[in-house]
Amino acid sequence: MAFFLETLLNGLMAGMLYSLVALGFVLIFKASGVFNFAQGAMVLFAALAMARFAEWIPQWTGIESRWLANTVAFVLAGAVMFVVAWLVERLVLRHLVNQEAATLLMATLGITYFMEGLGQTLFGSDIYKIDIGMPKEPIFAFASVFEGGILINQEDLIAAAIAAVLVAGLSVFFQKTATGRALRAVADDHQAAQSIGIPLNRIWVIVWCVAGVVALVAGMIWGSKLGVQFSLATVALRALPVIILGGLTSVPGAIIGGLIIGVGEKLSEVYLGPFVGGGIEIWFAYMLALVFLLFRPQGLFGEKIIDRV
Amino acid sequence: MFYRENGQFKTTYTADQQIFAIAQDRWAILALIAFAFIGVPMLADEYLFRAIFIPFLILALAAVGVNILVGYCGQISLGSGAFMAVGAYAAYNTFVRIEGMPLLVALLSGGFFATLVGIFFGIPSLRVKGLYLAVATLAAQFFCDWAFLRIGWFTHGNPSGSVSVSNLQVFGLPVESPLQKYLFCLALLVLFALLAKNLVRSAIGREWMAIRDMDVAAAVIGIRPMYAKLSAFAVSSFIIGVAGALWGFVHLGAWEPAAFSVDRSFQLLFMVIIGGLGSIMGSFFGAAFIVVLPIVLNQLLPALGSLVGVEISTAAISHTEFMVFGALIVWFLIVEPHGLAKLWSIGKQKLRLWPFPH
Repeated sequence: MAFFLETLLNGLMAGMLYSLVALGFVLIFKASGVFNFAQGAMVLFAALAMARFAEWIPQWTGIESRWLANTVAFVLAGAVMFVVAWLVERLVLRHLVNQEAATLLMATLGITYFMEGLGQTLFGSDIYKIDIGMPKEPIFAFASVFEGGILINQEDLIAAAIAAVLVAGLSVFFQKTATGRALRAVADDHQAAQSIGIPLNRIWVIVWCVAGVVALVAGMIWGSKLGVQFSLATVALRALPVIILGGLTSVPGAIIGGLIIGVGEKLSEVYLGPFVGGGIEIWFAYMLALVFLLFRPQGLFGEKIIDRV
Repeated sequence: MFYRENGQFKTTYTADQQIFAIAQDRWAILALIAFAFIGVPMLADEYLFRAIFIPFLILALAAVGVNILVGYCGQISLGSGAFMAVGAYAAYNTFVRIEGMPLLVALLSGGFFATLVGIFFGIPSLRVKGLYLAVATLAAQFFCDWAFLRIGWFTHGNPSGSVSVSNLQVFGLPVESPLQKYLFCLALLVLFALLAKNLVRSAIGREWMAIRDMDVAAAVIGIRPMYAKLSAFAVSSFIIGVAGALWGFVHLGAWEPAAFSVDRSFQLLFMVIIGGLGSIMGSFFGAAFIVVLPIVLNQLLPALGSLVGVEISTAAISHTEFMVFGALIVWFLIVEPHGLAKLWSIGKQKLRLWPFPH
């Protein structure tokens, strides 16, 4: 029982991290109809920027405090992501207005490759580490209830908390602020939004910026867990089943989808994996999402698409 | 002047419906095929065969398969690499397990099993559309990656999933030297390209295109979406499967599951985008482009670097390759969404009037 609960909890927390990456996808899709395949590359790019700035800043300025260096690095990496967002809007999206969703998807595939190459050219392609001082020691909870207690990774706990705060913040931003309302208007209908004076281009830059910051946070957390290296870009492939399960247009969907996928992955790996040779996490997540899709083709919380001839 | 069709009258429907209705096209294609069979073997050396021609032929075959699914039927697939893998490993199993199995039959059985897997993973397409489907096809990719790495039966018990074949021969002729391999692949490619071209011109090809353009409208005019979509998945994965088997057997000789990873799927998709969605001709352009570009960059960048006195490392070259690919894809989508094939047909159009603009 304790082992089951431990697996479940681990799954939930891994799921929170998937949601964080998935959130970037959902934000961009919600506000511009672009399925942003480049989110993984953005996570890698942001994490690389953050890791290298944190390393370079003490060399440049002689700042001793790790906390200060990390903060400055975070701000600088955020600024870099802003520039990326602006360039993407300027160079790519602006020219592809009113194209089909598939064309836009392929364009983001192009952006993915470009950013992976650029990131490693600018920041190097070794393995770097982000040290934001996360506690590494596991804690034992419920020691009185179960024998030996439940092992919880503190790092995961903090990451899950950061993810939760970010999601809450974004929900408020989307629901309560004027910019949030404008974003939702654009998502509903580009033309109608334009006709009441919402500047489409600026909205897109804002959305990609927000997605960039989400990527930065995700990259920071994943990077401090696993180290910053090329494989970080494949985190996006782990997050894809989350968004199709949750629905492409739903922020809560990304969270709940993430939790379902995280738990499904861990439980399947632990209880099913040994029978079939292990390593089934990644395809099991996709199969799980596929099963959900067969019953709800737009995902759990996606908008219903009505086709008209 | 040379590309006029004045005076080429067609008096029968058969004549009107030829693949190459214009006499110049017909002759040009025949000359090209003749050159590929006779001229290239005389001119090219072993390096060219190994590094350019054989990969180009096999990837062009795979790109034709992907183009049928993505370009003609509009079902975006990110799992093509998986179908190549299925083709390669199924062909390997029939080749090794059955005594005296001819190479051609083994390759076709690779295609056959890829078809089965393709239809299976195509089933979601009946319910799930567009972007959701694109992601769903990744399930095929990751499942196959895993299966060929972990299930020992497929690889004859080899723990790392790597297998190898040798002593290839067709009708008693050996397929060992680069030249023989080249001719073998070329023959298969010509055959399959002709079949594919005719298929997309036929009733079923038009059904695919109707589904691609708008599936609801297609259903209304009496096209069965299930039949059209699944047949597109079947035909496409058959061709991709044969290409995968060729890639393993003829090009690599010994391979492991990583040869057919998700990167291969993306590469195939890029070929189709750059070459031209919905064009058999475009698949060839795309494949040629993707095969040649890295080699050109590998040669060119160090030369450029030494010109300005900078030494360019291999890592930098591979990063630049990524960037150039990415930029090119975006550039093509913006400037010419129909790819190189469209440029080709614009060129032909201009040639009709040349040298007089009116």
